[in-house]
Amino acid sequence: MSAASTTCRKEDDRLRRMVTPEGIALPLVLASRGARFGALFIDLLMVGVLMVVTTLGLIAVAGGTAALEGEAAGSDAGGHALQFLAILWIAAMFLFRNAWFLFFELGPRGATPGKRLAGIRIAARDGGRLSPEMVIARNLLRDIELFLPITFLLAARDGGDTEAAGLAALAWFLVFALFPLFNRDRLRAGDVIAGTWVVEAPRRKLGNVLTSAAPASGPDLRFEEAELAVYGEYELQMLERVLRENRREAMIAVYQTICGKIGRAPAEGGERLFLEAYYTQLRARLEAGMRLGRRKADKFD
Amino acid sequence: MTASPPVSAPQSALELAALELAALRSDRFRLEREADWQRLEAIVSRLEAGRFRRLSDDDVLDLPVLYRTVASSLSVARETSLDAATLAYLEGLVQRAWFQVYGPRQSLGSWFRRFLGGEWSRAVRAIWLDILIALGVMIAGAVIGWLLVAHDAEWYHTLVPGQFADTRVPGASHAALRDTLFGNQDQDALSVFAAYLFSNNAQVSILAFALGFAFGVPTLMLLVQNMGVLGAMLWLYHGQGLTVDFIGWLSVHGTTELFAILLAGGAGLHIGRSMAFPGERSVMRAAADAGQRAAQVMAGVVLMLVVAAMLEGFARQLVDSTSGRFAIGGFMLSFWCAYFFGFRHQPQGRWQA
Repeated sequence: MSAASTTCRKEDDRLRRMVTPEGIALPLVLASRGARFGALFIDLLMVGVLMVVTTLGLIAVAGGTAALEGEAAGSDAGGHALQFLAILWIAAMFLFRNAWFLFFELGPRGATPGKRLAGIRIAARDGGRLSPEMVIARNLLRDIELFLPITFLLAARDGGDTEAAGLAALAWFLVFALFPLFNRDRLRAGDVIAGTWVVEAPRRKLGNVLTSAAPASGPDLRFEEAELAVYGEYELQMLERVLRENRREAMIAVYQTICGKIGRAPAEGGERLFLEAYYTQLRARLEAGMRLGRRKADKFD
Repeated sequence: MTASPPVSAPQSALELAALELAALRSDRFRLEREADWQRLEAIVSRLEAGRFRRLSDDDVLDLPVLYRTVASSLSVARETSLDAATLAYLEGLVQRAWFQVYGPRQSLGSWFRRFLGGEWSRAVRAIWLDILIALGVMIAGAVIGWLLVAHDAEWYHTLVPGQFADTRVPGASHAALRDTLFGNQDQDALSVFAAYLFSNNAQVSILAFALGFAFGVPTLMLLVQNMGVLGAMLWLYHGQGLTVDFIGWLSVHGTTELFAILLAGGAGLHIGRSMAFPGERSVMRAAADAGQRAAQVMAGVVLMLVVAAMLEGFARQLVDSTSGRFAIGGFMLSFWCAYFFGFRHQPQGRWQA
């Protein structure tokens, strides 16, 4: 049983194994749909803001140019400047729409700013390298998954037949938007085509060493074999979490539970020392068993 | 079982003291190797931030070694340690390092050089069958368009969108039609028009490609519909004896633009066909293979459309004779054919895994 699967049981159906060329199985946790939607939302928001800012900026520049040229608009210099601005605008809109995702996903983090904030990234499904072709393929499909239904809806609103067109666009949109709901690996259409998937990219800090030889010296803090035998690895990890979070109420509750279980009278104060000592000795016992091939998953084991 | 010997001596007196204090073998194991882990984390963080140049040569050389060291730490820790936080940290670190060590080792620039230097034409040749099918469908679409309007001129208004049907309607005179082909040199805002055309056409071909996902059927329909317009207009100009002039007018950018649309349709069809007939591979495997190949073709299609828009915006208006237009269009067509089918250069350095 690996640590990742015991720490959070809800993640089990999102857990995949990737075997590195060194033969080490690395757990990969597929990104939750919520995280992906959030990431997409943030990205679209950023793209939208950039589009508006660019448009307003170019309009301001164009206004300035036109004012400068005055009545000479359309004639050589002013006309060319305005033309240039129009081309710039079209190019910028095209790039924002198509290149935003491409550019960032090709970077070393394999994630757009939205994905980074959501703590996820894209990876090749076969465990190989992520190639530019994959990133291009998965992002070309974004057009029919997202932008096309939106433009379709907008066009239908401007035209007359909102009812039928709107329904058709909605149905179309739903097929692709809900695509990730109907497959095990939560792939969207672009992921299927590209051979990629979206996984969590956790950035964890190395925690402190919790065990130390010193505090276990007191006579109260030596535990008998029978006192340690009641708990298994699952409880050990719960205890570890409580110690790392270091919240007083939680520690008191756990302290009282353990005392009740092993038949000691709980005393005021010194909960942390007690728990640290118990943690150290329980871990020593379980790890010694582990080295001999005996494992105890939890208190029922 | 004996304790494994330390691989690296702890550096400072503080660490030495911590090591003596550590009660458990697994924690001593961790304290002995912590420095390596932290160093790998620092290198990986810098790589992720894209600051390659700030890395010293030593760091770059040590990255694969450190990666293997930490990976082996992880497998030892899994067997000997019950410290969940440390295990999670190691798993996260090995995963991050793995993405950097086995990640995309090519920049966008080097990818683009290899793309132009043979990968693109190779991808186009690889989907030749789909391109042939798409070509057949496009020709059929044009023929259908022609036949429909020849049968009943009312079809013209159904097929041809409003923007083309200004003076170019059934019953228009020879002179009016001729005016649409020649004498537009002094038109203004052509460059804006070109940029608009590019953006529009690129979006259409991305659509043609993306629709291939639905087993290619919508792609084919899109091709037929677009070529139907062309067939109808061809019929219109043919009626006034302007067939050759119209083809010349069209060929300046059309040889590039229609070629690009052909490739986009072929790419979409390739995906659809691979998913419908995956052969011995799994459907997902087949879709991924086809998608990556088609993506290369599509990157090229966007490039071709830039060229086509420039030709349409400038060259077509500047060159006002049919023979000159044929020369440009013919040159572009032979250029693309030679590039795709004659250029069989193999770029170096693919997947040095």
